[in-house]
Amino acid sequence: MTINTSRRGFLKGAAAAGAVLLVGARPDGALAAASSETTQFNPFVKIDADGTVTAIVKHFEKGQGPATGLPTLIAEEIGLTMDQIEYEFAPSDPNVYNNLLFGPFQGTGGSTAMANSWLQYRQAGAAAREMLINAAAQSWSVDASGITIEAGIVKAGDKSAPIAEFVAAASQLEAPAEPRLKDPSEFRLIGNESVRRKDSAIKGNGQAMYAMDVHVPNQMVAMIKRPESKGGIAKGFDDSASKEVKGYINAAILPNQAGVAVYAEDTWAAIQARDALEVEWDMSGGETRDSDQIKAEIMAALESEPTYNVNKADVAAVSAAIDGADKVVEKTFYFPLLAHAPMEPLNCTIEQTAEGDIVLHDGAQMPTGPHMAYQQIFQLPPEKIHIKTMLAGGSFGRRATPDADYQVEAALAFVVTDRSRPVKLVWTREDDIRSGYYRPAFGHKVRVGLDADGNIVGWQHQIAGQSVIKGTAFEAVLVHDGVDHSSVEGVADSPYAIPGMALGLTDTPKATTVLWWRSVGHTHTAYTMETMMDLVAEAAGRDPVEFRLAHLSDSANPDQQRKAAVLKLAVEKAGWGNAPAGRSQGIAVHKSFGSYAAEVVEISGDAENGIKIEKVTCAVDCGIAVNPDVVKAQMEGGIGYGIGHVMRDQITLTSGAVDQSNFPDYEPLRIGDIAAIDVHIVPSAEAPTGVGEPGTPPSAPALANAIHAMTGTLVASHPMAENGINFV
Amino acid sequence: MSLTLKLNGQTHTVDAEPGTPLLWVIRDELKLTGTKFGCGVASCGACTVHLNGEPVRSCQTYIEDVEDAEITTIEAVGDDKIGAAVQQAWVELDVVQCGYCQSGQVMSAVGLLSENSKPSVEEIDEYMSGNACRCATYQRIRAGIQRASEILEA
Ligand code: FES
Ligand code: FES
Repeated sequence: MTINTSRRGFLKGAAAAGAVLLVGARPDGALAAASSETTQFNPFVKIDADGTVTAIVKHFEKGQGPATGLPTLIAEEIGLTMDQIEYEFAPSDPNVYNNLLFGPFQGTGGSTAMANSWLQYRQAGAAAREMLINAAAQSWSVDASGITIEAGIVKAGDKSAPIAEFVAAASQLEAPAEPRLKDPSEFRLIGNESVRRKDSAIKGNGQAMYAMDVHVPNQMVAMIKRPESKGGIAKGFDDSASKEVKGYINAAILPNQAGVAVYAEDTWAAIQARDALEVEWDMSGGETRDSDQIKAEIMAALESEPTYNVNKADVAAVSAAIDGADKVVEKTFYFPLLAHAPMEPLNCTIEQTAEGDIVLHDGAQMPTGPHMAYQQIFQLPPEKIHIKTMLAGGSFGRRATPDADYQVEAALAFVVTDRSRPVKLVWTREDDIRSGYYRPAFGHKVRVGLDADGNIVGWQHQIAGQSVIKGTAFEAVLVHDGVDHSSVEGVADSPYAIPGMALGLTDTPKATTVLWWRSVGHTHTAYTMETMMDLVAEAAGRDPVEFRLAHLSDSANPDQQRKAAVLKLAVEKAGWGNAPAGRSQGIAVHKSFGSYAAEVVEISGDAENGIKIEKVTCAVDCGIAVNPDVVKAQMEGGIGYGIGHVMRDQITLTSGAVDQSNFPDYEPLRIGDIAAIDVHIVPSAEAPTGVGEPGTPPSAPALANAIHAMTGTLVASHPMAENGINFV
Repeated sequence: MSLTLKLNGQTHTVDAEPGTPLLWVIRDELKLTGTKFGCGVASCGACTVHLNGEPVRSCQTYIEDVEDAEITTIEAVGDDKIGAAVQQAWVELDVVQCGYCQSGQVMSAVGLLSENSKPSVEEIDEYMSGNACRCATYQRIRAGIQRASEILEA
């Protein structure tokens, strides 16, 4: 494998004079160490001659905490305090910084950052510790076994010195093949609630640099005028009115004709000049359907034989069992399109160096995507393309497009210029809401039969919607026998022991560009499963918690046991069944991304005058919680994200054009919407699993179940505010 | 046209057309990037700055209207004791996630505490309702304001 060295300039200070100890993993996974930059591997930890320790963070930071979590792992293993470790983001190089769970693709998603780095970063830290200790042992002529490192100080008997003293000698040693990892009983930072985020201060005082804050000398700001509905083609434009705008430079049709790029000296000029631009569109290939038609297609699919028998069930037998059941519970659900709307509108800046290299400044979630796309667009080898990862103002999936949509758009807007000036592509909020990628609309139809004793005898479940994965680079990995697992996850792999389950899936035709949205398929599957559990329990005359536990009772099945444990903890902490007068509670529990979360929503008011969400209590099992306070924050955020959207939001289309345009009609959750959230973590010795997404799936069904308990109505179509439920 | 702005205690001469939102002068011309663009239509609060100590949405504040005002942005709000207390509370409680809305949250929180040193939960929810946080850090924002109020009282 060849890796160029010019890219290494991004590791600031790594090329500086003086000894540097670098420890990381080779592409084959073996630990490696070196005294300076090498062509063999990229490091996870760097220790400068002065003892400054830096974690090289391979996952981007969109608020979910890797810039705190990965340094915690290294600091723990070396024996540092959190103040003694810095972080910087890794350059784009999928061969060395790949996400182990994605294959050779550097990215952050599916709540994998901690799961994937847990051993890797600890091993790198532990190897660095052993090398420093071995260097000290030589220098002091003492046995390595008597040496410790605590708070950055190397100690043996009455000898002590800061780690800086041994960096030079350690950097000459081989990396140990299998360094000893600390036993969990020795952890002081991992699992410590008092560890603070490393990025709090700069985000509270305006110093944090997001991609939107990049200003490279001589840059132009580009905005894209896009067709009213997707699929339109730009044929020509008239910029006479744009020319009246001070700061307007010019405009050009993008090479793929998907829009017209408007260039200006600054953002405000670009906004005005784009508004003033007249474009002639060929809309013959444009999307023309209304969202009502898309919904009708989904509903029709639910009434027909599904394309895929996902769990290879004997459908006729299941259907017959339900037909012959004592009681049948049947419900149809509809989930609309949703936008991600991360707080920072999409943007990135692209420039060409004097050597002809391309540099992209981007809050890149999957840097491999633009890295590969740019090789094609610019016809350059990978080492001539450099991606500088900036902080990202949220993502919720939006920045992880398999086709690198906005980065490609920026490249197209750049290649039609003479490339003498850097181009900063900026999306407005309207672009984000109207021209984006969406959580696909989905429908579910469920029929459950109960015998006279209230036991389930058959569960027939049909799902229909547009596949997120088909047609992307991930299809080979995530689609099996035609089934896009992300369409059925949360039902197909539910830990519940449900007898007579038949799961069918039908892909509906492409309606718009769709994309994973925080927790992906679980956004609709958890809602369906958990509201159905309540409805079925009710029909069976059983308590909803007891009914769930009865389907999680296999003591030999850790999946069921962990799910049951979070349910019980949430019940205990929420005071389940003891809501104050005038309040109602709803509960839901769901497994996603390897983690288990149970949530109880408590509400007051009534449907007519308005419901108020008083409290959400959450219990989560995410294996070892590396940074418990970050885990809690992610649960709080995941709950808010899930609840905010089902309350009020949807994307609708009229003749193919998106009806919503900005926050006034795609209303975010506001501070008064949820009065309190209380998160509890189940102690665990298991390896860490995801936390960015698992808080979201149970939140909406728990709310729905609380509303059902209060009003007797289960809301089966979203948003709730447009289906009979008012909120205060 | 040429205008004089008093911003963060300094006088700046800027070149901007009437009708230009203060936001873009701050970000693009003065290159103070702590003030954020989130919606451009006064519905998210990411662009909040102070005009004579009062929070305003800079995306809907026009440059010709602020010539005589004292403008304060997130870069300087910590020079004042209320701003410093809010920033301290934000770090103590780790309020931020992605952080993109937080400059605006801090500016609004300082505005609230400047007029009401011990706001109730209802008053916090009311005052902060125009500051959206897509990461939903609201409960820590609420706690952060209460903590800052405590710090100021001490
Ligand atoms: S950018 Fe000004 S309120 Fe959103
Ligand atoms: S912290 Fe991300 S939008 Fe508020």
